[in-house]
Amino acid sequence: MPIETTVNGKAVSINAEPDTPLLWALREDLGLTGTKFGCGIAACGACSVHVDGEITRSCSVPVSEVAGKSVTTIEGLSAPDGTLHKVQQAWIDAQVPQCGYCQSGQIMAAVALIKATGTPSAAQVDEAMTNICRCGTYPRIRKAILAATGQAATAVEGAA
Amino acid sequence: MGVKRRAFLVGSAALMGGGLFAVYWGDNSARKRAVELTAKGKDGSFLGWMKIGEDDIVTVYSPHIDFGQGSQTALAQMLADELDADWSKVKVEHAPADPAFANSALGRGFISDMVGYPGVAAAMPASFISMMARSMNLQTTGGSSAVRFTGQHGMRVVGAAARAALVAEAADRLKVPATELTTLDSRVIHAKSNKSLRYGELAQAAAGRSLNSNAKLKDRKEFRYIGQGVQRLDIPAKVDGSAIYGIDFTLPDMRVATIMMAPVRDGKLTSVDPAPAMAVNGVEKVIKLDDAVVVIAKGYWQATKGLQALAPKFTDGGHGNLSTASIFAAQDKLNATGAKLTAPAGGKVLTGDYKAPFLHQAMMEPFALTAHHKDGRLDIWGGLQDPLAARMMAAESAGLDAGDVMFHPMIMGGGFGRRFPPYSQIIDQIAKIAMQVPYPVKLIWSREEELKHGAYRPQVAAGLQAGLGSNKRMTGWTSDYAQFDDAGAEATVPYTIPNFEARHHEYISNQVNAYWRSVNASQHGFFNESFVDELAHEAGEDPYQFRRNHLKAGSRQLLVLDTVAQRSGWGKPLPEGHALGIAMVESFGTIVAEVVEASVNEDGTPKIHKAWAVVDCGTTVNPLNAAAQIEGGIIMGLSAAIGEQINIDKGVVVESNFSDYPILKLADAPDVDVHFIESGAKMGGIGEPGLPPAAPALANALFALTGKRIRQLPILNQVKA
Repeated sequence: MPIETTVNGKAVSINAEPDTPLLWALREDLGLTGTKFGCGIAACGACSVHVDGEITRSCSVPVSEVAGKSVTTIEGLSAPDGTLHKVQQAWIDAQVPQCGYCQSGQIMAAVALIKATGTPSAAQVDEAMTNICRCGTYPRIRKAILAATGQAATAVEGAA
Repeated sequence: MGVKRRAFLVGSAALMGGGLFAVYWGDNSARKRAVELTAKGKDGSFLGWMKIGEDDIVTVYSPHIDFGQGSQTALAQMLADELDADWSKVKVEHAPADPAFANSALGRGFISDMVGYPGVAAAMPASFISMMARSMNLQTTGGSSAVRFTGQHGMRVVGAAARAALVAEAADRLKVPATELTTLDSRVIHAKSNKSLRYGELAQAAAGRSLNSNAKLKDRKEFRYIGQGVQRLDIPAKVDGSAIYGIDFTLPDMRVATIMMAPVRDGKLTSVDPAPAMAVNGVEKVIKLDDAVVVIAKGYWQATKGLQALAPKFTDGGHGNLSTASIFAAQDKLNATGAKLTAPAGGKVLTGDYKAPFLHQAMMEPFALTAHHKDGRLDIWGGLQDPLAARMMAAESAGLDAGDVMFHPMIMGGGFGRRFPPYSQIIDQIAKIAMQVPYPVKLIWSREEELKHGAYRPQVAAGLQAGLGSNKRMTGWTSDYAQFDDAGAEATVPYTIPNFEARHHEYISNQVNAYWRSVNASQHGFFNESFVDELAHEAGEDPYQFRRNHLKAGSRQLLVLDTVAQRSGWGKPLPEGHALGIAMVESFGTIVAEVVEASVNEDGTPKIHKAWAVVDCGTTVNPLNAAAQIEGGIIMGLSAAIGEQINIDKGVVVESNFSDYPILKLADAPDVDVHFIESGAKMGGIGEPGLPPAAPALANALFALTGKRIRQLPILNQVKA
């Protein structure tokens, strides 16, 4: 039986077995490849999406559990006219990504944090931002979150 | 290994002797093919390195892949600067994996370095050079080489040659002397007559003119883009999910496969009953390879369930007794054969036995390649550190002519040395799988398979000895170290020591030893810079002053060290329970000194508060991205130092996922103060040199705090013991 859910504001019907992780349903059934596979055990956060606004590691949630809920992926963050979410723009301004593979998940985690706290403190950033980045972009992630919440200048030093 | 290295140097010097200065123009047929593969319509393709469209868009073909290091933007900056292009109209694409695009500028960089400056091969690890020699299908990314070799010897030269040709073409059309023409923002300008021509309208004719490989390059002070922190061209697609990595690539009717390899390396598959997998919904096929079993299904989840249902039997290849401890024991035995150092008159000899474990690159994107064999042709899509070599290897595995195989390079979710084709087992696997099925198939490795079947940073044991004179100066130094390859210059130190000798003892296990960001500089940098710290404390001197006393007045090294001491406030009061550690390592032609401020948590584990790095790589092309590379290098170095290790027990790798291979997270990663010294010296690398000083700087800070010397990594094993 297809699973009825909402993804990025659109009603969708997913023809996957109920135990299929949400991650693979998004990537393979809906073609939303911005959400990444990193570890499969909810340890790295590359697969982070929002389910009813809550940050969720989609590799470890069966697709059956999101029936009737609302899922937002990195592809659904920008405005319908294509304007980037302020967190995405802050990521560009601070030149955060290197390989970029973990950044969809990092951005989803940051958006959820900002939604929950408004202007997160350093301790709240430490506590909430637990996704792995192997390129070591953490200092710039911190900067971008501060900039997106009006707590620091937008661009990083040296930017032309 | 020393012999092999010399053999390569001699061979390459002979090979290059005749055509050293013409090499990057290639022969006529290669040039023709490169142009055919890039130019369409009224495009002007300049030797396949770059094309200018009628719409003025400049497309730079990068022979270096992107796995996060940002060098494609830097390469485009270098070409655009010499071309006087309008930066807003510059794009970068991967060069096709075709021999016509083999990166001769990279080869030239290596060779001219070696021929022109004996001992400057010092800037490259011997192991890396020998691999280059083996795989001369040169389209490699690694060795922090893109900007300093390909950029300097390729991009700038092509940009200048193309500019000269555009000017010559404009001179003919305007019927004015070329000397009256200037160039700016993709236009050739004749100020006298107030006329100008767009590059786009000149390009096709200009590209057909004879190109001058000795066109004058700009002087430093004329640079417009080199030295500017322009935003990276690849970043916008990496914040909205639109960037397509190898693992994201999809074709119609594509199936997905996953794999289980023999748990002990060199083991073989003896038997497997495919029935339990075939019973899983969505599974279509089970394929037996020599040392692995593969399940193909409609999707990754179904393939994984099918694989988990199987009970394959493998041999242990005769390595069932191998362990981390047995490797260290064998290495210690080899090191013990090194001659003992005698104490200087009135002084003493210090010794220290250091150890570093196997490490995994743990790039975030697991191995994934897609392939389709159809009508005798094999196409492969994905990310590897040498597309051309990958193509040649796939052809061999598939039993096809190279002309019938194409590799389509894509961006990568990290690499750090893991994705060099010679030890990327997935190339052979996907080629063999694709030849057995009529549909396109994507092979994805699970994280567990990746960690357990990696190509690791070599496990190394070193026995260090140094003489310390009564004048508090080092009088001699020997390093006996055991690993599979000769670490060459990476086992040396940047200090003046009268008798320095690093002695390699070849130790080969069944493990694949590979390149891990900064190659051997991370293990040896940790050993040497920790041991220097031991000597400083033994001499009763401040570790910064002790290092300084072994550097030449006026040297680049001394300036780097002094600057990091100054910026970190070395010697000034710190918060209670905090201490600084310092270290300096020179690698890939770049000098980096770092200071780490640390304290110790209640459970004995380290807490890092801040890090400082001072870098002299000669000239930075993009300081914004160069700083990112140094920040990332330090954090990766700290992560490895604190908790990363690959252990072997009964021949099997113990660690399996990020749950037991801990990567440093944001809360534990320090902010980094990065400062560049623009010395103008010969350009060094930037992707790797930031990493090696991090581990010893942290370990030295911990010694200052606790009096306990860390001689074996990772640190958590020591503080928890």
